[in-house]
Amino acid sequence: MIVPTMAEMMAQGKQPEVLFWVGAAGSYDDKAKKISRAFVKILHQAKVDFAVLGTEESSTGDAAKRAGNEFLFQMQALMNIEILNAYEVKTIVTCDPHSFNTLKNEYPSLGGNYKVYHHTQYIQKLITENRLQINDETLKGKRLTFHDPCYLGRANDEYESPRDIIRKLGVNLTEMKRHKSTALCCGAGGAQMFKDAEKGDKEVNILRTEDALETNPQIIATGCPYCKTMMADGVKFKEKESEIVVKDIAELIAEANNL
Amino acid sequence: MHYLPNILFAIALAIGFGFFAMNVRKLFRNIRLGKDINRTDNKSARLKNMLKIAFGQSKMVRRPISGLLHLVVYVGFIIINIEVLEIVIDGLFGTHRLFQDILGTNFYGILIGTFEVLAVLVLVAVFVFWTRRNVVKIKRFLSAEMKGWPKNDGNFILYFEVVLMTLFLTMNATDAPFQEAGVGNVISQFIAPIFDGFSVETLHTIERTAWWFHILGILVFLNYLYYSKHLHILLAFPNTYFANLNPKGQFTNLEAVTKEVKLMMDPSVDPYATPTENTENQIPEKFGASDVADLSWVQLLNAYTCTECGRCTSSCPANLTGKKLSPRKIMMDTRDRLEEVGKNIDANGGVFKDDGKQLLNDYITPEELWACTSCNACVEECPVNIDPLSIIVDMRRYLVMEQSAAPQSLNMMMTNIENNGAPWQYNQQDRLNWVNEE
Repeated sequence: MIVPTMAEMMAQGKQPEVLFWVGAAGSYDDKAKKISRAFVKILHQAKVDFAVLGTEESSTGDAAKRAGNEFLFQMQALMNIEILNAYEVKTIVTCDPHSFNTLKNEYPSLGGNYKVYHHTQYIQKLITENRLQINDETLKGKRLTFHDPCYLGRANDEYESPRDIIRKLGVNLTEMKRHKSTALCCGAGGAQMFKDAEKGDKEVNILRTEDALETNPQIIATGCPYCKTMMADGVKFKEKESEIVVKDIAELIAEANNL
Repeated sequence: MHYLPNILFAIALAIGFGFFAMNVRKLFRNIRLGKDINRTDNKSARLKNMLKIAFGQSKMVRRPISGLLHLVVYVGFIIINIEVLEIVIDGLFGTHRLFQDILGTNFYGILIGTFEVLAVLVLVAVFVFWTRRNVVKIKRFLSAEMKGWPKNDGNFILYFEVVLMTLFLTMNATDAPFQEAGVGNVISQFIAPIFDGFSVETLHTIERTAWWFHILGILVFLNYLYYSKHLHILLAFPNTYFANLNPKGQFTNLEAVTKEVKLMMDPSVDPYATPTENTENQIPEKFGASDVADLSWVQLLNAYTCTECGRCTSSCPANLTGKKLSPRKIMMDTRDRLEEVGKNIDANGGVFKDDGKQLLNDYITPEELWACTSCNACVEECPVNIDPLSIIVDMRRYLVMEQSAAPQSLNMMMTNIENNGAPWQYNQQDRLNWVNEE
């Protein structure tokens, strides 16, 4: 798989049309790395001229900010902005709604102004520009439910792009009772991913998995690496992993298009 | 003696509005204890929000049953104010049903008829509300923070409305000329037979008594607002006007931090330089919030606006899974503490005397704050755009930046970000390894 870096591009005097912000999860987490690779395959199929920062990429600071560490967040932000601006980056796409939210909403006032896309928005754009087709045969008729990531949905009012793409897969989409603006969090946001939950009577991801199971799905689709982990853990907890797969929309497209 | 009722009425009105004005002043003073934040931009969007969300009740109907019932009470409240205006003018000038002469009997009949129908609908709605709170026991009305005063407050408001509506209908039913005219007595004509055998004098006395208690009740209710969750009937409007217009995921970037971080990262700054003169007397900025004065005035306005409906809490993932966090409690605690600070200021001649307490720990515990997933469900659900999440984040900021009191696992996550640019302990040089792992 060819994934050019901005440094290599610059050495060749080239400016890619979009920067793929991989994010920490997409770089290091096993489940999320699959999303990164699937998305790169899609970018290749659509002949998108892209690059990554590679080892020059660093945490956006989202988790630090939600945890309350504004110092660390702004240090990360200013460092990243310096690099992004040095490469004259104009457009960014990322598979992580948390990076998406931070880059899009919280970097501008610190000097980082970019057009930022969540990968579902970017895929949607590629489809409307006729650069990408989705094969609706491979997954035809599969029962699927979609879990809205908080930082894509409520945080940024994006509910339709992921659904538009899902419909193109030819699957049978059943919404959970709580969906779109009333969707329940997977339990990972606000830096919860990196700590144990406070005392309670249930884990949030189990409750959300129960929401999903009510729709009797074969596929639980997500658009966030953290949601994917939480939902996959929930399915495993319910001992349903032989019947239900949890996949990011990018992985589903890669599968549908045999990439 | 002829003018005695008018004079008594004027005095009652003056006392009622006088107390109300005093409480409003206190309310303003307390809200102004908050830090400055600019919410005067984009006036058209703000106005639109207010008209749609507060005036138009657009977010209430997300839950259809309570939304529609609330709409009935709300419309009743707004429209019956026309009747109150008539009562006030009648009371001051000794007229009787003045609007009948001004508007003409037919139109006046339609108006009063509408009020009567609304009064009955309000009674029905109030009955359902009471049942939901006390018999059906809907979960969001049973949380820990709803014990005691908040529960009673909710019921008192309902009783108030029952009394006011009953007095209004009785007043109309016992108004002999009004019943004789037979226009607008759509409901009260069915109540009038109860008083059939009564003499004209007794009827008149009952009518006058109902009239007096109705307006006095309204004045008492007006003054009850300040002590009650019911303040939302006034504050919902400014609250939706001044609400956040940015995407809900966008958290504020603390400017004081930006200054320090930029200094830290600037290689041209001499680290041993003596501070310039004007920085010497500056009180170092406190990061985050540990008490109400560290919050913004909008957050404090939010606290007074909250009517404790609990839609936030009933959609909070932490609360739904049995954690202590309840966004409604965050708002109630903020208001309770703000009231306490306000009373402290009143008792100490206009200055706050340290009482050894603060919002953090004495009201809101770190356990509650750390249970938040920042999912914005509470913000989304609030029918009047209150933002509990912003208070949670500001208090987390204090815990982390002023007290280094984050949970150990979060400290590790932050150390990792600092050292290797990822929340986990991976080498930044391995950041591209995923490419070749298939």
